[in-house]
Amino acid sequence: MIELSSVTKTFNSGKPNQFTAVDNVSLTIEPQKVTVLKGPSGSGKTSLLTVIGCMARPTSGRIFLRGIEAALKYQQESGGLVEITSLPESFLNDIRRVTFGFIFQQFNLIKGISVLENVMLPAYPSGESRNGIRCRALELLEMFSITRHAGQRVELLSGGEQQRVAIARALINNPSIIIADEPTAHLDSKLSYEFMDIVEKLKNAGKTIIIASHDPIVFDAALTDMLIEMRDGSIVENRSRS
Amino acid sequence: MNIHFERHLNILDFTLSSLLRRKGKNFSLLTMYLLVIFMLASLVFFVTALKREAAILLRDAPDMVVQRLVAGRQDLVPAQYAESIASIRGVNGVRPRLWGYYYDGLNGANYTIVADDYMASSPENAVIGNAIARSRNMVAGDLLPLISYDKAPLMLQIRSILPSESDLMAADLIVITSEDFRTLFKFPAGLATDLAVDVGNPKELATVASKIAQQFPDSRPILKSEILRTYQAIFDWRGGMVVIILASALLSFVIFAWDKATGLSAEERKEIGILKSIGWSTSDVLLLKFWEGVVISLTAFLLGVVLAYGHVFFLSAPLFSQALKGWSVIYPEFRLSPNVDGYQLAVLFFLTVVPYTAATVIPCWRAATTDPDSAMRS
Repeated sequence: MIELSSVTKTFNSGKPNQFTAVDNVSLTIEPQKVTVLKGPSGSGKTSLLTVIGCMARPTSGRIFLRGIEAALKYQQESGGLVEITSLPESFLNDIRRVTFGFIFQQFNLIKGISVLENVMLPAYPSGESRNGIRCRALELLEMFSITRHAGQRVELLSGGEQQRVAIARALINNPSIIIADEPTAHLDSKLSYEFMDIVEKLKNAGKTIIIASHDPIVFDAALTDMLIEMRDGSIVENRSRS
Repeated sequence: MNIHFERHLNILDFTLSSLLRRKGKNFSLLTMYLLVIFMLASLVFFVTALKREAAILLRDAPDMVVQRLVAGRQDLVPAQYAESIASIRGVNGVRPRLWGYYYDGLNGANYTIVADDYMASSPENAVIGNAIARSRNMVAGDLLPLISYDKAPLMLQIRSILPSESDLMAADLIVITSEDFRTLFKFPAGLATDLAVDVGNPKELATVASKIAQQFPDSRPILKSEILRTYQAIFDWRGGMVVIILASALLSFVIFAWDKATGLSAEERKEIGILKSIGWSTSDVLLLKFWEGVVISLTAFLLGVVLAYGHVFFLSAPLFSQALKGWSVIYPEFRLSPNVDGYQLAVLFFLTVVPYTAATVIPCWRAATTDPDSAMRS
């Protein structure tokens, strides 16, 4: 479970162009459920995701993880809650690597290297043998039907294929939480439905999934358990469907 | 296998893929780097080997040479000086030497003429240096015509040619008998060019030298160690001149390398952000950059040193030989014996590999320590 307590994220603090992307958000995200953040561009969805995924620290407020094994070893408060906002950077790296798998809107794959190597990258610093990582990466490519592209340079793939590579990369360390930012923004409706099929598989595998999207294919999907609507950095509606 | 070792191996593996992504840029950098290391290492190898060669050749030189000075210039030494010096305690022997210079108008070169009755064996015979034989296309048995002081020809039959190994000292040498020497230069009897003095105990050299100077105030004793020091200073000076000539190339490379290493592009910054977002720590990113620096600089260093070794010790340093070992128009031709000064190589390593690696890692520090979101946005 992820708990956000009065989280605010402000960019360019103290400067004339100061901008509050997330404004005093309190929220609970249930484990093994699909949570969708809905809202127009600039509503603060991406900023909230980056704060939840330890990619940026909130300007104020606290974020807690409960029942996340990787986080438990660092700090513990009553009731098995771990506050990740105050952890030093080195601990956040571990949590990012083990707990979260991030799928970016622009995919953020490393150009010039192969599909297989892109998928293997997150596991390199773990110190696991290359063969082990490679086997796991090939299994994931097989799962997403892109094994034939394993040796190809990633930028030569289509948008849909690149997205599947990004998903495979997010899963290589077997994280318990998957975060996806506008995953269908560059996909046609057929590929968007295919993506939702993958989300369903991940949900069935027990993953917690958080998606930011303004695509009806995503937020109207039956598998969405919780729909949170955002506007101007604040939550305007929080609906549970389960 | 050890988890830390595997981590290094994995990151090194990615480093190589990463370098291959920018083949053109990295290859041109490697080539430039290699060229600079090659030039510097060649110079270091060459000067060190020359100094060593000079030391080996001077091993058989007399312990001391005594010259006579008149008005600060070298003058001929009377033979009775030799007798008096021989009577000084500690002196094993004194040998008057006859030598001088001969200008060969045909070649436009100066030869060094030395009298040695043992080597030349009989009048009108000569032993010549390899470079003279080469430049005049002569072999043993040929006649070498010299013009004496009174313009009369002196025909010398070449008895043998000195081996090229002795070229550093003997490239322009002609050894003849003392009789021919006196004929050639109309050298007065009872005088010598200088005196070669042998002293039994090396610890007594300075004492013997001061006694000679005291006894003959117009004499100048020169110790073997002083001659060696002069040679080493000459080679160091020549090496320094070449370094100055290379300085502009070196400076261009430093600017180029610095620009490459420090100029973190927006794409590279974004990549660092991506790596951090997928769980790489700051130390992982710095390790990647460290390996990038090491792979480029160490490859250039090792290849440069190996090529320089071949250039100096197998090809006789054609790029530097004219500047470093020539004396006049006659250039010695010899193969230097392989000799590497570890200290100088270590200095070269620390002045090239270490700064380059540091210049690669340090600029990434800032990008690697910011949070992934900011790094990807920048």
